[in-house]
Amino acid sequence: MGGLEAPHRVFPAHGYTGSMQADRNHLVDSVMVRQRAASFTKRSIKADAKTEGLRLAISMLDLTTLEGKDSPEKVRALCRKAITPYEAPLNPSVPSVAAVCVYPSHVRTAAKMLTGTGVHVASVATGFPSGQFPLEVRLRDVTAAVEAGADEIDMVISRGAFLAGRYGEVAEEIRQVWQACEGAHLKIILETGELETYDNVRRASDLAIEAVDSAGVLQDGDVFIKTSTGKISPAATMPVTLVMLEAIRDHFLSTGIRIGMKPAGGIRTAKSALHYLVMVKETLGDAWLTPDLFRFGASSLTNDLLRQLLKGITGQYMAMHDFSEA
Amino acid sequence: MNARLDVIKTCKLFIGGAFPRTESGRSRPVLDGKDRVIAHVCVASRKDMRNAVEAARKAAPGWMDATAYLRGQILYRMAEMLEGRCDEFASAISSTTGVTPAKARREVEASIDRLVRFAGWADKYQQILGCQNPVAGPYYNFTVPQPTGITGVLAPTSPSLLALVTLVAGPMCAGCPVIAVASDSTPLPAVLFSEICATSDVPAGVVNILTGQRSELLEPMSRHREIAALLGANLSPSQRTSVQEAAADNLKRVHLVKHSDAQWEDDSLVASPWNIQPFVESKTIWHPSST
Repeated sequence: MGGLEAPHRVFPAHGYTGSMQADRNHLVDSVMVRQRAASFTKRSIKADAKTEGLRLAISMLDLTTLEGKDSPEKVRALCRKAITPYEAPLNPSVPSVAAVCVYPSHVRTAAKMLTGTGVHVASVATGFPSGQFPLEVRLRDVTAAVEAGADEIDMVISRGAFLAGRYGEVAEEIRQVWQACEGAHLKIILETGELETYDNVRRASDLAIEAVDSAGVLQDGDVFIKTSTGKISPAATMPVTLVMLEAIRDHFLSTGIRIGMKPAGGIRTAKSALHYLVMVKETLGDAWLTPDLFRFGASSLTNDLLRQLLKGITGQYMAMHDFSEA
Repeated sequence: MNARLDVIKTCKLFIGGAFPRTESGRSRPVLDGKDRVIAHVCVASRKDMRNAVEAARKAAPGWMDATAYLRGQILYRMAEMLEGRCDEFASAISSTTGVTPAKARREVEASIDRLVRFAGWADKYQQILGCQNPVAGPYYNFTVPQPTGITGVLAPTSPSLLALVTLVAGPMCAGCPVIAVASDSTPLPAVLFSEICATSDVPAGVVNILTGQRSELLEPMSRHREIAALLGANLSPSQRTSVQEAAADNLKRVHLVKHSDAQWEDDSLVASPWNIQPFVESKTIWHPSST
């Protein structure tokens, strides 16, 4: 096998009529993706740049709690943390996070706490985390969350259908969910840990982006693609995120519309958060370095970001118990 | 030409059960009495201190909740391992500190006995430091000692092994993870002791040993808010002052001692429950009696 050839279509498209860039043009070079992703961890970020990076990362957080044992008070505690990540006075003060992400049954509680604070209410929906429900049920899930006050919906795609090659079915469900959002922003979870290969990640990214793009006029940041539910390991990794960022870049170059990106799960340290920001900047540019176009799905990351930020300000290593839980 | 090439040991730090190099990349030679290089040791930086605290923080819940019996077993296991390497330790002490081989051997033996002694105290200090308090009512009232938390240890130059072992074993016995800074001038026995810790069931991160300069590591150690207690021996007056000032920020328990070589051999002075007591907090609980 010598040279680069256009790969022939491996899977039948089953009614999907989109262009599917990955299938038509390029499969992902996995060696190069890993190498390129690793190179972003070599940048030296110190002093003011580090402080600004940490602040930016805090403002991009989707504070998440997705457990069966979630209670209204747990959600309220998370909302308080979202509005004021660090209580003690600092100048300039620590920014609020971007959103709080909960199950649909807790949306009303979160919305009550967050109205008027600038922090968004995100809800997972469409039969999260498996997506193994009839489409009517999943759409009803979305409508209920939006009616309860969610202004961002995190949907899961049907990985089973995708892996079986029923791309048309997946594209159609994404289109219908996007219509059910009725103005709420949509984050499409690909669950890359279940997609097995970088080629599939790229294929799913292109499919998701084209599905919403074909459903009507998109504004920048209306739609995000998101790596993971956080329920499957591996969750977000740098190579997978890079493949998705490149899909966003190629879409921007051909249409001028900015799709957002949200890596979720497995990002626990401030250092790796900064690595992700470097990757976004060097792949998509400064325009994406805003909570409107880039998010971190995390919960334990918050306190590590705060800890590093405070270390920069006070010159002193902080203890984990210096920061509130949730 | 049948002399073998000298194989000189390059000693590393002991953090989280592993032996990493210092992130600073610095090292310095260790000389014997005749100014021959016998090893190289790392010169740890504040970031190594930070990493050691991270490792200790991860180890803390497990070690604090470990049964007294298990802590005693592990301390005893350390004594067993040290016994097996008695000669190596004795020669490391005598070649770097100039004491006679016989005296060095006595120091190793005293260190082994010291570990056995703390192993014995591990499930007994609770009876000395805790109590059932008299109350007038249908209640029991107990006071129980609980580990204070991550403890920083500053070892003196001499006795190079015995003092370090004593200072590490006390807080360990109390259930506190330890970060020890070896003496500037006699680090070799401390480095060898980290190999004892690594091979005697001590959970990763419960003992961390850094070699380097006390003057450089003192400040990050005493200011680190995750460290709950400090145990130091033979600090200079200015070091004492700066440690106490920095430690006030998060109300660290500071316990500073000054002993002669002979005093380090005195069990009743340096290895009694009163050497464990500074590293426990008293928790008092009421419990209804069955009347």
